[in-house]
Amino acid sequence: MSPQDDKAKEVSADGAAGPIILFFIIGLAASLVFGWVIFPKLLYSQKKQPLDFNHILHVEAVEEGCESCHFFREDGSFSGIPKLAQCVECHEDVQGEDPNEVKFVEEYVTNGREVPWLVYARQPDCVFFSHAAHVKKAEMDCGTCHGHIGESEHSRVYEENRITGYSRDIWGKNISGLKEHTWERMKMDDCAECHATKELKTDVETLPWPINWLPRPYEKQSGNQARVKTVKEACFVCHK
Amino acid sequence: MKIGRRSFLSFVIGGAAGTAISPLPWKLTDDSSIWSQNWPWTPVPPDGEYSQVNSICTLCPGGCGITVRKVDNRAVKIEGMKGHPVNDGGICVMGLSGLQLLYGPTRVKTPLKRVGKRGEGKWEKISWNEAISEVTEKLAEIRAQGEPHTVGSIVNSDRGTVPNLFRRFLTAYGSPNYMTMPSMQDSYNMTMQLMQGVTAQVGFDAENADYILSFGSGIIDGWGSPVRMFKANSAWKVDGKKVVQIEPRLSNTAAKSDEWIPIKPGTEAALALGIANVVIMESLYDKENIDSQFGFDAFKELVLNGYSVEKVSNITGIKSATIVSLAKNFAQASNPLAICGKGQGSTPGSLNEFVAVHALNALVGNINKNGGVWALSDTDYIKWPEFDLDSIAENGMQKERIDGAGSEYPHAKSLLNRLPEVINSGDGFLEAIFVADANPLYSMPDSKAIKEAFDSIPFIVSFSSYMDETASNADLILPNHVYLERYEDVPTPVGLQKNIIGLAKPVVKPQFNTKNVGDSLILIAKALGGSVANAFPWDSYDACLEETLGSKWDLLEENRFWSDSNSKVVTGEFNFYPDAMKSLTNFSPVSIEGSTISFPLVLIPYDSIRLANGYIGNPPFVIKTVEDTVLKGKTACVEINPKSAKEFGLTEGRSAILHTPRGKAKVKIHLYEGIMPGLVALARGLGHTAYDKYLTDKGCNLNELIGMTEDPVSGLDAAWGIRARLTKV
Ligand code: SF4
Repeated sequence: MSPQDDKAKEVSADGAAGPIILFFIIGLAASLVFGWVIFPKLLYSQKKQPLDFNHILHVEAVEEGCESCHFFREDGSFSGIPKLAQCVECHEDVQGEDPNEVKFVEEYVTNGREVPWLVYARQPDCVFFSHAAHVKKAEMDCGTCHGHIGESEHSRVYEENRITGYSRDIWGKNISGLKEHTWERMKMDDCAECHATKELKTDVETLPWPINWLPRPYEKQSGNQARVKTVKEACFVCHK
Repeated sequence: MKIGRRSFLSFVIGGAAGTAISPLPWKLTDDSSIWSQNWPWTPVPPDGEYSQVNSICTLCPGGCGITVRKVDNRAVKIEGMKGHPVNDGGICVMGLSGLQLLYGPTRVKTPLKRVGKRGEGKWEKISWNEAISEVTEKLAEIRAQGEPHTVGSIVNSDRGTVPNLFRRFLTAYGSPNYMTMPSMQDSYNMTMQLMQGVTAQVGFDAENADYILSFGSGIIDGWGSPVRMFKANSAWKVDGKKVVQIEPRLSNTAAKSDEWIPIKPGTEAALALGIANVVIMESLYDKENIDSQFGFDAFKELVLNGYSVEKVSNITGIKSATIVSLAKNFAQASNPLAICGKGQGSTPGSLNEFVAVHALNALVGNINKNGGVWALSDTDYIKWPEFDLDSIAENGMQKERIDGAGSEYPHAKSLLNRLPEVINSGDGFLEAIFVADANPLYSMPDSKAIKEAFDSIPFIVSFSSYMDETASNADLILPNHVYLERYEDVPTPVGLQKNIIGLAKPVVKPQFNTKNVGDSLILIAKALGGSVANAFPWDSYDACLEETLGSKWDLLEENRFWSDSNSKVVTGEFNFYPDAMKSLTNFSPVSIEGSTISFPLVLIPYDSIRLANGYIGNPPFVIKTVEDTVLKGKTACVEINPKSAKEFGLTEGRSAILHTPRGKAKVKIHLYEGIMPGLVALARGLGHTAYDKYLTDKGCNLNELIGMTEDPVSGLDAAWGIRARLTKV
């Protein structure tokens, strides 16, 4: 290439730099808007709960707080969202004038149909989670994972991921995956936050050991404590 | 403004940069991976109600408690049962894979009658009625000819209700030929008889021992009750207790021990006596109790004269100083424990080894002591009504056993290892044989000889749940339920120091048209009628079991195990009885087959927790865990020391033919510093020819390459190896 050619090229490059940067910025801005604003809207469908549920009203009316309806069964398993039979204990007939109440009694109670609640915190089948271990043994608050749901007057919109079918609560409201509070996300990494780091030990009740002649040689006194931090067996704790 | 190619490109680049710093690609990656997990053809357990059922695993003699998770009626996961005295929540890889034995393709789904030639695999499905009457007709015919003693049975062990029903059946029918699969328990039982003068099971208080001298026992390779030993071993590590492993090959157990002492194989008894020599010479033994024991003077003389440290060092190849320090450390530990039974203890081994090791325990005064060896009388819960024998049965029962147990070898109860030779040499014959919970055609040494013996038995009935080697060579298969489908009592697991009884219970309904072997036996007895039927007053096996366990039943139903809080220790005095001494005098290492010239190497077997070698074959999950230094593709690997390999021009990964006087097999060479020169090691548990495609034709069966050596005192198989040769291909 001759020196003149070089010169010519520089000039023309200079001349085009403005629009090139502009287009770069347009591309950048458009994709940012798409990624941060439009994409989440497309990704999640909005679903309404079959009934609008008022937690505050119920908490006031019952005696034992959350555990009045979300209780532990005798065998230690957790009942989760109440079944119709439980609601019927109080709601056999329409109480008050709330249209939701009327709808509940007419559509579900009278027909003996379970309410198809949409579960915000539903995890995939491959996850084993024991509420008892967390709530009873480790004495964690419901709110640590479920947030202030007990203080809501209305049921939130349930946002369902169109690709995976799971609730938006699992990934978290913030599409970037960042969170401020413990209850804003429920992915494996969020469980791991405690389980990979916290050395905290809590007393666990050991099963009765009916054999006086054979001491529990492999579980020393200090071993009667459960570590929160999982080690070798980590995967199998939740993925049974 | 002109939108040129450059502008467009910069728009695209800007877009790409923006996309990269937006959540879109990351979120989509995550979502699409979750989406792929939910494809309808990805196997996941169906939704349904979760439940848990506790039972006992009977896949090995370990007797672990298990907790099975179910979704509706399907079992989806087996875990160790928390709070069970054997395994307290632990489980082994085999136990974990048990569901594949329940739902896998290898099950026999309905009674089968052979239509082709034996072993050809052509079967006709028949009904249970037909199956029972086929057996009954044949048995009635043999009885009518006055030959009831020519019917034999082979079961896995002689404890528990099912084996006892077999024994009862044969007795009522008129045959003494009730045989069991051999194991180290036979040798231990005989040792108890010869040294304590009692019938007892041996228990080891492993958890409380603080110095463990193991003569080749695969503590973490499946010896005793495997999960319990794993846990005991971990506890020793935590508490800094010492484990010394004596064996010619660096097994997993040896690798995890505090001290590994390679020894010339087959000379373990000499080492034990050499140690005894030092203990006596240095007066480190429990003088107070031992000096006065009957026969101790003779023992002392034998050991002092015959087993000087130098001599033992020559026999075993272990330095004199090592023997002395072993003896001192052992005798000076507060709770020393010596154990034997090679590998998983699936072969009986030579009696002198058991006697010598037991003598070591006695010398340091740890019999029936904390951290020591316990002589337990078995929980005596099987008390069935007496029954009368008719004259045919009486005649039959007076005949000598075909295997010479109780006559030629007065202390032995069953000598299945002698059966092939007796039959093949024409010294005895059987008209019919029953096989239950056992796979002798695969797991007895010298498989060819046992196959030949079976070939000459006209009627073979298998009760196997699986199409194993013995079942596929049978004439009739009356398939048993698998362990997760049936009730069964599980007597004290091997080596536990106190008595417990476990109760296995059905976790799921029988999946196929199978029947509990106990029920089959009761039906056959009833169909035979007369005194045989009278010996079986029960309507069903479950009824028999419930009646047998009596007052323990309710507790067993609830807890799955019952512990005998006053387990009876047999108080039989420890003594050096002449018969025991006989096995020690004129000690020469058990010789093995083959000439040193044509077979310059020695083949020894080894056991791995990842290879089942008993009645149950490896399920697919377990076979996947076998390392490629054990099984490479479809070929088994043999371990050989690089020094020996060099001598024979063998290199890593090379194919070779392994010859022994009993057979040959194609193998791959694996150079291993952890094996003594001059030896070749091959894993047990490979080379199945039956079961499913996951197990068949993988490697070679060690039992086809190895022979048997009769122990002069016990009559049991004492072979620990065989001479061998490797040739390049
Ligand atoms: S050790 Fe034996 S009994 Fe225990 S889980 Fe494993 S196979 Fe079953």
